[in-house]
Amino acid sequence: MSARLKILRPGIGVTVQDFGRPKFRALGVALSGALDPALLAAANVLAGAPEGAAGLEILLAAPELRASEGAARIGLAGDVSGAILRADGGREDISPWRGVLLREGESLALKLGRGPAYLGFSGGLDLPEVLGSRATFLRAGFGGLEGRALRAGDALACGAAEGGEVSAPPFLHEPGPIRFIPGPQDDHFTPEALQQFVTAQWRAGADSDRMGLRLAGPRLAHNAKGANIVSDGATPGAIQVPGDGQPIVLRADAQTSGGYAKIGCVISADLPRLAHLAPGDALSFTPVDHAEAAAARRRARENFAQWRGKIAPAGLLDERKLWTENLIGGATSGE
Amino acid sequence: MPDRRAEPENPPAKKYGHRVLALGDAAATVLFRAQIAPEVHARVRAFCAALAAARIEGVEEWAPAFGSATVWYDPDQIAFAELAARLAALAQAPGVETPEGALFEIPFCAESDFAPDLDEVARLKGLAPQDWLQKFGELTLEVFMLGFQPGFAYLGVLPEALSVPRLATPRPKIPAGSVAIADSMCAAYPYQSPGGWRLIGRTPAPLFDVTNNARPALLAPGDRVRWRAVSRAEFFALHGRCGAADFRVKE
Repeated sequence: MSARLKILRPGIGVTVQDFGRPKFRALGVALSGALDPALLAAANVLAGAPEGAAGLEILLAAPELRASEGAARIGLAGDVSGAILRADGGREDISPWRGVLLREGESLALKLGRGPAYLGFSGGLDLPEVLGSRATFLRAGFGGLEGRALRAGDALACGAAEGGEVSAPPFLHEPGPIRFIPGPQDDHFTPEALQQFVTAQWRAGADSDRMGLRLAGPRLAHNAKGANIVSDGATPGAIQVPGDGQPIVLRADAQTSGGYAKIGCVISADLPRLAHLAPGDALSFTPVDHAEAAAARRRARENFAQWRGKIAPAGLLDERKLWTENLIGGATSGE
Repeated sequence: MPDRRAEPENPPAKKYGHRVLALGDAAATVLFRAQIAPEVHARVRAFCAALAAARIEGVEEWAPAFGSATVWYDPDQIAFAELAARLAALAQAPGVETPEGALFEIPFCAESDFAPDLDEVARLKGLAPQDWLQKFGELTLEVFMLGFQPGFAYLGVLPEALSVPRLATPRPKIPAGSVAIADSMCAAYPYQSPGGWRLIGRTPAPLFDVTNNARPALLAPGDRVRWRAVSRAEFFALHGRCGAADFRVKE
């Protein structure tokens, strides 16, 4: 059994993503995949999709879609809400953190608050794998839907809906400074620059994309070794500092190698948090060691498992109340 | 994407010197020497061959660069300290064979709009464009690494007599297939992109093919390349109708 969905409005910056395309980095192929893999996983759980399934990443504006064949269950993770137009003409408002049923002929119009948000689909999006992944890699134009963002009129296939509607409290990342492991080229910076990097308030720049997050703040000075290196391996989270002294934190579509000195690299547990920094947002960095990074990974996993345990059939929990409580909890615990 | 020759003040490390550097909590870079030189790169590739043979649990993939190799791993399966010790042992293991790459002869067309920077490149070296091209065609270049784009191979080393620094102002759009040089490096762009390298021709060869799961990139680290100048007519005859097998030279 399967379902088909038709894209009525494509939104902006909406791409098919999964958990990335490893194994080809020696050939220059970026990892790609969801900027916030935890939220895509949450969307998949809400949709009843298998772990690792492909869904939609919404960066700037949310799409509108209609079930053109069969019924699909769609999971909404992140700050995305909307309304379902039922086949009988009725309209039902949809809050985030839901798994909703979209029956044949019904459409779902979504509105994005703060991106990115993710849509999971029952059974996962059924698309051919390219080099072992369904993730869209825009710069080379492959993966997902012909390597491009969603367009009006696109058709998406997924598995048929299983189970009823569900809802959950919001999934929240651990707050606090972004944690990084110093190196591999922290020896290219002056002692003052190393100090400034961790004491400064940084601002996310406007010209950030899936490849990198540009930061504005104090100018980090390189020592005599300079800003340029003989190119070596780069990875999502790597913090490059070019000659202008303004860091660029690489994200999911990062190139696999680079020629700028890297002052540090964000730990894997905090990579999803980089996804949510909008232009002008403030952030700061704190150095950690491998043991702390491992503890953070464990906590992130436990955090997700706890969230998963709170998923309930829709209507059984007071969503508005939980939403508010969690927002307050998140806001007071350290930001 | 600036790649520079080693800084003059960078003293040569001891012959098999290496350091294991953390690149976050899920990758590590084994640095042999920050230098673009065939003998350094041979060491990097020998290390990668040893790493492949070692089958370390938790190691997911690796990529050679000029004077280093980066290893991606699952920190839930192997801790950095243990991985670093294993990598260090492999890095100093003597007598690892450096695997031999294949030799390719790849066509490129250097006529008119395919080579907008050729005249300037030749002029900077005090050569006529045809003379620069002839010397370029006599080179056998080595694939040092892939990066920047899927299938983008860094070929070197261009001799001083042919090498020219990158453009001061990068172009917003370099067409796919462009053959370009910058400093001591040569490369061909599998995909359109911005870039500051100087364009000296265009190749009809498929540089990256996502439908070829076994070998999507035409070139792999360690392969060698000779560029063969072809006419415009031959370029269009080959374009879209050739594959990697067509350019591999039997030795």
